[in-house]
Amino acid sequence: MSLLELDDVKVHFPVKRGILFDRTVGHVYAVDGVSLSVTAGQTYGLVGESGCGKTTLGRAVLRLTDITSGSVVFDGTDLAQLPEEEMRRARRRLQMVFQDPLGSLNPRQNIESILAEGMAAHGIGADRAERRERIKEILTKVGLPHSALSRYPHEFSGGQRQRIGIARALVLQPDVIICDEPVSALDVSIQAQVINLLEELQESEGLTYLVIAHDLAVVRHISDVIGVMYLGSLVEEAPSDALYAEPRHPYTRALMSAVPVPDPEVEDRRERILLRGDLPSPASPPAGCRFHTRCPWRQPTRCDTERPALADIGGGHRVACHWAAEIADGSLRPTSELAPPVLVDTGTDGEPGTDPGAGEDTDPGTERKETAAGTPA
Amino acid sequence: MSPQPPLLSVEDLTVTFTGRGRTDVRAVSGVSFDVAQGQVTGLVGESGCGKSVTSLALMGLLPKKGVTVGGHAYFDGTDLLGLGREQLRDLRGSKLAMIFQDPLSSLNPVIPIGLQVTEILTRHRGLRGDAARKEAALLLERVGIPDPTRRLKEYPHQLSGGMRQRALIAMAVACAPRLLIADEPTTALDVTIQAQILELLKELVDQQGTALLMITHDMGVVAGLCDRVNVLYAGKVVEAAERKPLFAAPTHPYAHGLLGSIPRLDAPRGEPLNPIRGSIQDTIAWSEGCAFAPRCDFYSERCLSGTPELTEPHTAGHRVRCVHPVAPPSKEGADR
Repeated sequence: MSLLELDDVKVHFPVKRGILFDRTVGHVYAVDGVSLSVTAGQTYGLVGESGCGKTTLGRAVLRLTDITSGSVVFDGTDLAQLPEEEMRRARRRLQMVFQDPLGSLNPRQNIESILAEGMAAHGIGADRAERRERIKEILTKVGLPHSALSRYPHEFSGGQRQRIGIARALVLQPDVIICDEPVSALDVSIQAQVINLLEELQESEGLTYLVIAHDLAVVRHISDVIGVMYLGSLVEEAPSDALYAEPRHPYTRALMSAVPVPDPEVEDRRERILLRGDLPSPASPPAGCRFHTRCPWRQPTRCDTERPALADIGGGHRVACHWAAEIADGSLRPTSELAPPVLVDTGTDGEPGTDPGAGEDTDPGTERKETAAGTPA
Repeated sequence: MSPQPPLLSVEDLTVTFTGRGRTDVRAVSGVSFDVAQGQVTGLVGESGCGKSVTSLALMGLLPKKGVTVGGHAYFDGTDLLGLGREQLRDLRGSKLAMIFQDPLSSLNPVIPIGLQVTEILTRHRGLRGDAARKEAALLLERVGIPDPTRRLKEYPHQLSGGMRQRALIAMAVACAPRLLIADEPTTALDVTIQAQILELLKELVDQQGTALLMITHDMGVVAGLCDRVNVLYAGKVVEAAERKPLFAAPTHPYAHGLLGSIPRLDAPRGEPLNPIRGSIQDTIAWSEGCAFAPRCDFYSERCLSGTPELTEPHTAGHRVRCVHPVAPPSKEGADR
């Protein structure tokens, strides 16, 4: 059952110019038509690079940013249409955990006051004593000592602060928690603690997560379904394992091939799809497929004129590419138009040399780079 | 072991920060490692382990007041730590170069890129005017910046993050340095851009024989780039090994735990991660024992009897600072 359903959500920020008259001279198309649904009790992971609109989308769900058009249906109600006061009340059930644990906690409030504030605003707990009991219960759940109550945010480490952020969301007994880069500010050894905590809480509290992150490995670890965003829209969506096993969109493939894996054997064998250039500006997105300016599989027709829709290809796998089927069956090779034929061997073990026969879809005229260190793939 | 002596040999480097009325903070306490010619040497660790302070000390970029630097760092025979300001200035930018994590704050925002690049060419190579500008354009082109002549006239804010990092790399390699120190060069960048920059660094090492000292927290980057890796914890090297042995058999409990706690893109889903307990604040002074002991699963009384020495418990060249080294995985259970 889907608990949260986004339909064609758009968030456009006007670009204004002028001193006396605020002329709108254009728009930044931060989120430009995203439809997705989050199943109750599951984790939906949203990945993408900076500037792809993933954070804006997360904020738009809670209406921390106004939605330009589209609907956000949560448990049968369209949040986009709710009056301000009702939206405020609805936020009890939809909470958010932010990226920067220090920046999102008021340095002048102690932990009890930070956690009790939301409870008071939503009328949870009859009095202070009752709230305190509830807070203590939650602190235990997130793995903090009760002595934390009278302490201030600066007295905690990064990982503990993030636990406080999670506790703040939990005290309201929400149904959905939107986690915006919940671990990116933390060291790896601490990241794992917080990831495990999020998973345990999902189990014990029956939570539904929308996790927004740039780290594909983290998202794959915790998500049931993953949506990949590029320049304001979803380019691919699939169950976590299917996405990893068979990425269909060229951008997803490039993204996956760029994520470093902490294993030299894998790193030496891997095939890198290096993307050229940078993300285009969301204020003037390219016509047609947003990714065509950087796509190694770009075709002379359709790609630059027609925007591909997110099409279902079975098994809950949706992909927005005109040529997804052709790329998957190998009949379409990456074109060399975008890149000069560079084939760099990076045999780091003093065994230089690229095996031209390795990998059936290696085309020497592309920017794909085969890193072979004498290990048969 | 390579027959030629290492290009950079750091011996017992210590950096202590002293403040009025505060207890001294020893950020780096006795770090020793070598950087070989034409190789990539990694310094890995989490925030607060002293990796950045090490690089700043090597470049002589730490403030003079309130900081005590001890030990030696022999670069091509000369001790960098004993050099005067002028001598260091001659070395920096020519034979020694550094790239930083945040490309925007390392560039001067009010000076066009071109002037910032030609400044180095003038200072170290004596190029002026058109010759300098031409060389600058060539440099930008070499690091993969399209339309370099136009970019030279632009200001840092007009460039994207990846482009800025490329510009910084161009400046760093302007005089074909023998040693390049890269302090988290890709941390501020997106993964697809990170892949581009890492590829560029690899090319520089391969083509020019530059030695690269790579400082990072990302074990994935280390796995793909470094030849030899030094793992730092609380200001000391706790494990040092060639890349493959380190990842195949991490032997210090910290390195072992660190690798076990990283979610991997290619790992099957559903297995919980094995985080390391506590945080870096839970350390004890090295003088009392192993700084990692309070977080360690293998802890025993022996851990508290003074600083453990670097030993080679299992294989030669794989050095570990621990009295309870983790046993190497059995052959059949070895990394998939």
